[in-house]
Amino acid sequence: MAAVDPFAPLVATGNLRRRRRIDLIMRGSATAAAVVAVAILGIVIFSVAQRGASALSISFLTQDPSVGLGAAGGGIANAIIGSVLIVAVATAIALPLGVLIAIYLTEFATPRTAAPIRLALDLLNGTPTIVIGVFVFGLLVVAHGQSGLAASIALAVIMLPLMARTTQEMLLLVPHDLRDAAHALGTRRWRGIVGIVLPSALGGILTGAVLAIARAFGETAPLILCDSIFGNGTSLNVFGTAVPNIPIDIYHYSESGFPNDKARAWGAALVLIVMILAGNLAARVILARQRRRMLAR
Amino acid sequence: MEEVSQLETTGEAAPSTVRLAIPARMAAATVSTEVVYDLRDVDVYYGATRALGGVSMHIHKNVITAMIGPSGCGKSTMVRTLNRMNDSVPGFHVAGEVLYHGQDIYDRIVDPVEVRRRIGMVFQRPNPFPKSIFDNIAWAPRILGLRADLQDRVESALRRAALWDEVKDRLKQSALGLSGGQQQRLCIARAIAIEPEVLLLDEPCSALDPIATAAVEDLMFELKRDYTLVIVTHNMQQAMRVADRTAFFSLDVEGDKRTGVLVEYDETAKIFSGPTDRRTEDYVTGRFG
Repeated sequence: MAAVDPFAPLVATGNLRRRRRIDLIMRGSATAAAVVAVAILGIVIFSVAQRGASALSISFLTQDPSVGLGAAGGGIANAIIGSVLIVAVATAIALPLGVLIAIYLTEFATPRTAAPIRLALDLLNGTPTIVIGVFVFGLLVVAHGQSGLAASIALAVIMLPLMARTTQEMLLLVPHDLRDAAHALGTRRWRGIVGIVLPSALGGILTGAVLAIARAFGETAPLILCDSIFGNGTSLNVFGTAVPNIPIDIYHYSESGFPNDKARAWGAALVLIVMILAGNLAARVILARQRRRMLAR
Repeated sequence: MEEVSQLETTGEAAPSTVRLAIPARMAAATVSTEVVYDLRDVDVYYGATRALGGVSMHIHKNVITAMIGPSGCGKSTMVRTLNRMNDSVPGFHVAGEVLYHGQDIYDRIVDPVEVRRRIGMVFQRPNPFPKSIFDNIAWAPRILGLRADLQDRVESALRRAALWDEVKDRLKQSALGLSGGQQQRLCIARAIAIEPEVLLLDEPCSALDPIATAAVEDLMFELKRDYTLVIVTHNMQQAMRVADRTAFFSLDVEGDKRTGVLVEYDETAKIFSGPTDRRTEDYVTGRFG
């Protein structure tokens, strides 16, 4: 004897109806939360774009700031180039170091030696950027004054854990039997790593680099301490003087009383966001292509 | 051999076959008595666990030696011990002597990279590098300084691996575009390009279809002339077809400790038709697997 009449219509009744309603509510909430997350990003970009669009123009992107407080015209070209220079130097420091650390962690470290290194990297990743800024301030700026280099070093410290972690994940994606094959051919360990493993993981390493670069472009705290006193200067000597950069420009312009400057702050913020977004998207495209190539074996 | 190659390219069904020539080849085998490997009471440990116990055997030159036995009995461990591929496994160490032409390869002064230079290995799953076919073969010779006549070396390796005709027009294309059987033959070509003396094959055909398997097995007969082959296989029929001598490994269970042991090692015909040990007989007749 069946517990339920098999000929009854196949609709939810009683308890099942309640459970179905709860299921719909949960699914709705989860979807709404996801929408909120995307919406927030959209709102931020939209409001920056709306307020900054008025300041955006070709001259904004290609000219240096005009002389005189609150003067009209001019642009943030020097800041854009300065930011690029600072981040480039930071990448030159952090990329090789990060890749080497990742190679050590995946190829040479035993579980016992790898754990503290990974912990150190995670802690470094979580260190407030202002603390890193103060550290480099005490190390370099106190003795030699502000410089683009000090900012680059601080940014490199910030970029390092990110670079090391993504590189490590990419190296782990490389199938183990490739290493075995290189090994079995009677070649030294580093040959296999440099000749086979690294090229296979290159796309992923690039992705990590692009993500770290995108992050470095926006880090402001270390710049405040190490690279903020440059006035309207257009000096791009990274090693000697403070170099103009976008985050500090945003900061200065937003503190200024002149309406022109306020618009410039929004414009600079828009430029910064667009650069970072473009970097993130590029990283994703590279990563997706890399994954497809890896898994198509 | 030509028959099988044609089948592979036209994709027809496998023949019900074909191996009548085998006994004749096997009868002519094992004339060589030069000893390449002399294993003396070899114990292999992973940490405190003894994976293999008391293995003593000789492996002869230009002979195909098969290692058969049930799963987990240590065949792969044994063959990887022969070229120090187990070094990277944590806790691995060896007791006893593994003598290669009289030298203990686990001696402190021995360079494991040099060991692997002379004793090549082909793995269960084909693992070509994500490079072109040419670069796959040329990578190791370039590094080892064998740059002279690289073209000829690659061509010679591909010819000896019976792959040249199939890939000669696409040497610059990615090796990952080859079929499984072709990839495995590429791995064999890659291994022999650096002119090793010994070739270790760890279940080389288990990831291949029957036609590709037949091609690789035929290849092994050709390679036997110039190299010493040691093949691990869980396929008894393959051992019967291919091997001159067969070593049967099994598990010795004492309480909760399982150790692999070499039960019997003799000419293949004897192992399969008149084994001395009861355990061998049980295994080859299928009473346990």
